[in-house]
Amino acid sequence: MSLVISQLCKCYSTSSGSIEALRDINLHAEPGEFICVVGASGSGKSTLLRLIAGLEMPTSGELDLNGRAIVGPGADRGMVFQSYTLYPWMTLQKNVEFGLRLQGVNSKERRDRASYYLDIVGLASFARAYPKELSGGMKQRVAIARALATQPEVLLMDEPFGALDVQTREMMQEFLLEVWRRTNCTILTITHDVREAVFLAQRIYVLSAHPGTIDCEFQIDLPRDRTVLIEREPQFQSYVAAIQDRLRGLSKTTETSPMPTTSKAKADAH
Amino acid sequence: MSPTPPALSKLQARQRDRVFWRLAEDIPQPLTWKLMVISAVVPLLLWWLLASSGWISDKFLPSPPDVLAAMGDLWERGLLVQDTRASIVRVTLGFVLAAVVATPIGILMAAFASIRALLEPAIGILRYMPAPAFVPLLIIYLGIDEAPKIALIFIGTVFFNTLMIMDAGKFVPKALIEATYTLGGSRWQILRQVIWPYIIPNVLDIFRVNMAASWNLVVVAELIAASEGLGKRIELARKFLNTDEIFACLIVLGLIGFSIDMSFRVLIRKTCAWSLDS
Repeated sequence: MSLVISQLCKCYSTSSGSIEALRDINLHAEPGEFICVVGASGSGKSTLLRLIAGLEMPTSGELDLNGRAIVGPGADRGMVFQSYTLYPWMTLQKNVEFGLRLQGVNSKERRDRASYYLDIVGLASFARAYPKELSGGMKQRVAIARALATQPEVLLMDEPFGALDVQTREMMQEFLLEVWRRTNCTILTITHDVREAVFLAQRIYVLSAHPGTIDCEFQIDLPRDRTVLIEREPQFQSYVAAIQDRLRGLSKTTETSPMPTTSKAKADAH
Repeated sequence: MSPTPPALSKLQARQRDRVFWRLAEDIPQPLTWKLMVISAVVPLLLWWLLASSGWISDKFLPSPPDVLAAMGDLWERGLLVQDTRASIVRVTLGFVLAAVVATPIGILMAAFASIRALLEPAIGILRYMPAPAFVPLLIIYLGIDEAPKIALIFIGTVFFNTLMIMDAGKFVPKALIEATYTLGGSRWQILRQVIWPYIIPNVLDIFRVNMAASWNLVVVAELIAASEGLGKRIELARKFLNTDEIFACLIVLGLIGFSIDMSFRVLIRKTCAWSLDS
């Protein structure tokens, strides 16, 4: 077993009292698995990812990676953020090398490994370019290469394609599957996009909101080699429908409480 | 229903007028140059006209040729080089000292809320004490040599530099710092290899802005006690009512400031191209 999370709870204290973001989360990821966590906004899915990354500490519960407790951030859990987080003063090559540099890897090996991963994400010819010269999709591909270069046990992704347009998103989803097949790494992605989750994942956890709890788990029995054409398969569509029903049912039960309704109204107003 | 030619030209005229008043947008390069030349030439012409009109005695308002002659005279007597060098050395020493102290403290204040809480109130108060008010103290403590002059420039710029660098450091995106943590970076590595390079262009720009203050202060210091320096030259010229020399020194000060400003801009453009929009 690679990643194991048990009885995880996370509360935030605010001026108006304590807010429970996550309650009794139990999940696991096997080596080489592709996991998606789907949930509406307010389900605490970003918090969950940040806890795994070690950027925040749980209120209670355990997080283990290969039997070792997670006590802080580390290069064994690579992360790709929704916002662009490339270092703007470095070339793509230097960006991808940076994690290795932090670990004190010598410059020759750094160069070789960065070149390898830049090649995997299809940007070898842009090695000397700077981030500001790239499109959003290309930036996220570099961020993926940078996270993979330190060869993490798990790759964590926080809605990595959320800021991209629909066409680029589809390309990036296919691309991510290909990277996964080529590198055999464990990937845990969070998203609110059910179609994206079904397309990418082997297993999906559905998160309910306020507080975030795991509502159910779906095993996606689709071939590992997927292209966008798979979306036309009835099996794909039935997975999407089942998960969407589940999420809709969850939001119905929560809409009786006043808070999610107001926050939804606010979101619509923007 | 095609537009008639006069209406079209009217439209074009309006479009042309609008170029000048484009809000938060670039204007064509030729127009930029034209306006910049106007900015330098018009005040010079006004000065010349006023000086040659005879309304004001040339003891009070020397004409541009007089000033140029005075400048040539100062040059020939070797005073211009000697005074300019003296002032530049003081400014450089005082400012470099202030920059060396302010940069690490500013970064630490930006990075650690604890350091900020520890230093911000004290620096906030010190910054509002006018540096020239320290001159008597500095003379008592350090005498009348170079030390009090350099110390004055240091005091007058170190606090502004520190607080402005702190502000620049606060704008480093949190996600960039967190991304570095997930790559295995330590706090020290993040300070040295993420926060510092991220704010270098801002720091250079802060130096550019605060350099002006150190030129104010060097003149203040030299007016009070010095044997050489542009401020001293101005003070001596006052005694003999040599307004043409005063004007000459003021112009030299303006030109030095302007060229330092431009050098910083060029330096930022050359070394930090990544931080510029285009």
